[in-house]
Amino acid sequence: MNENTHTHRSLLQKLIAAPYIVWMIVFIIVPLAMVAYFAMTTADGVFTLENIKDVWQYANIFVRSIWLAAIATVICLVIAYPAAYILSRTSASAQSTLLMLVMLPMWMNFLLRTYAWMTILGNNGLINSFLGLFGIDSIKMLNTQGAVVLGMVYNYLPYMILPLYTVMMKIDKSVLEAAHDLGCNGAKTLFKVVMPLSIPGITSGITMVFVPAISTFIISRMLGGGSQLLIGDLIEMQFLGNSYNPNLGSAISLVLMVIVLIIMTVMNQFDAGDDKVLM
Amino acid sequence: MKKISKLYLALLFLFLYAPIFVLIVYSFNESKSKTVFSGFTFDWYIKLFNNELIMTSLGNTLLIAIVASVVSTILGTMAAIGFSKMRKLPRALMMNVNNIPIINPEIVTGVSLMLLFVFFAARMNFEFGMGTLLLAHITFDVPYVVLNVMPKLRQMNPHIYEAAQDLGCNPVKAFFKVVLPEIMPGVLSGFLMSFAYSLDDFVISYFTSGSNSQTLPITIYSMTRRKVSPEINALSTIIFIVVVTVLVVKNILEKRDMKKRNEEILVER
Repeated sequence: MNENTHTHRSLLQKLIAAPYIVWMIVFIIVPLAMVAYFAMTTADGVFTLENIKDVWQYANIFVRSIWLAAIATVICLVIAYPAAYILSRTSASAQSTLLMLVMLPMWMNFLLRTYAWMTILGNNGLINSFLGLFGIDSIKMLNTQGAVVLGMVYNYLPYMILPLYTVMMKIDKSVLEAAHDLGCNGAKTLFKVVMPLSIPGITSGITMVFVPAISTFIISRMLGGGSQLLIGDLIEMQFLGNSYNPNLGSAISLVLMVIVLIIMTVMNQFDAGDDKVLM
Repeated sequence: MKKISKLYLALLFLFLYAPIFVLIVYSFNESKSKTVFSGFTFDWYIKLFNNELIMTSLGNTLLIAIVASVVSTILGTMAAIGFSKMRKLPRALMMNVNNIPIINPEIVTGVSLMLLFVFFAARMNFEFGMGTLLLAHITFDVPYVVLNVMPKLRQMNPHIYEAAQDLGCNPVKAFFKVVLPEIMPGVLSGFLMSFAYSLDDFVISYFTSGSNSQTLPITIYSMTRRKVSPEINALSTIIFIVVVTVLVVKNILEKRDMKKRNEEILVER
């Protein structure tokens, strides 16, 4: 009897996950399999590697995407690191308010945040009309690579600050005091103690900024004005744009996934333990 | 805090908030111009509320966010319980599949679901619309619920559930009386997270919605494609006020909760 109820119980416990397991197969696994299938077939469903080969035609767009996303990620890291350090060292009551201030812009829809920069950077925008007051000719800022990088930094900066802040919070104060007692000054403590301990935060921050930055099509479209196509734009055009070609679009998506996978594997190498920081 | 730290944070917040405040200021600007402030007006707010497209898409967004987050919370909580009872290897496999939509670039999730829906739309005679949107939203919401509930299950003492059953509860009753109250904080934060992500999502919705089922972010996108649409400024201001209110209330509640817990600890001592 006892044995019986036990098996009954574990069967129920297994079944409880069944609906979601089916869901995952239908809406996660099968769609990704379809991306792979479309990437490796022609429009008539015949096997081919042409689509993947065709992706090479767009190598310049891939290079640009990786380059701009990398610059944005580095800038985010440089801005966020001191910010997270300062945040983690303030009093507990101030911390919750400051943290809220960091997260608040994230909850504004990112289309609106990006639109705001269109208003600021435009040829008749805020900055240029301000410069105009002093008789300075308007500078072209919108529709440049700089504007795209700025948009990425602005949109994804909180994603860098938060994981960094989380690991820095966990650093035991007594470790820092010990470093101080042993003769480290502020800068030396930062480089010798805080930096190595915050590597998990750095790696997850890098992934959390780089992945959305490399695959965006909104920021490049709104702030790059169509002149700075990124991988995301390329994919979007094959599915919803003028150059409808889901087979090529799938091939590009597949390559993008591989790039993201490589980045994540590299980042995981730097993580010492299984001390992952997830939001 | 040192002066230089304060200055650094001040500059950071200036960078983060200046663009938002520009939008807010111009939402009260009489002229359509993005640069000249010619006079104070509420016109754009009136126009916004009379804009049928915006109001319908707001309705769509709220409906999808509510249904998707409720369904995701139930589905995800059940899944988390099932996963936590699995052996290590199958559990790791399940969690890896679960995390795919979180790790994958949003655009890839979007186009992969679009391919699936296109395939079945032709064969099963349905159209892209609220249905496809809902399926897509649930797909990217559930992983967050699972991630929020899992740690709570791990913290829980497994013997309480068994004890409840030994004391005469059937498994369902034991779950609602014993397990659910224990994991409630995780369930709740999973629900809120999926609700917020559903409200905010643009990329995946963009690939899975039909022409008659626009959500608010999709409408905002088509508005930004037009040259001048000051209603966006008004809309941003309203969204900003809502977000600030929600976060402030949440912050106050958390602080009160913390105080209460501290007092309880003191009393116990």
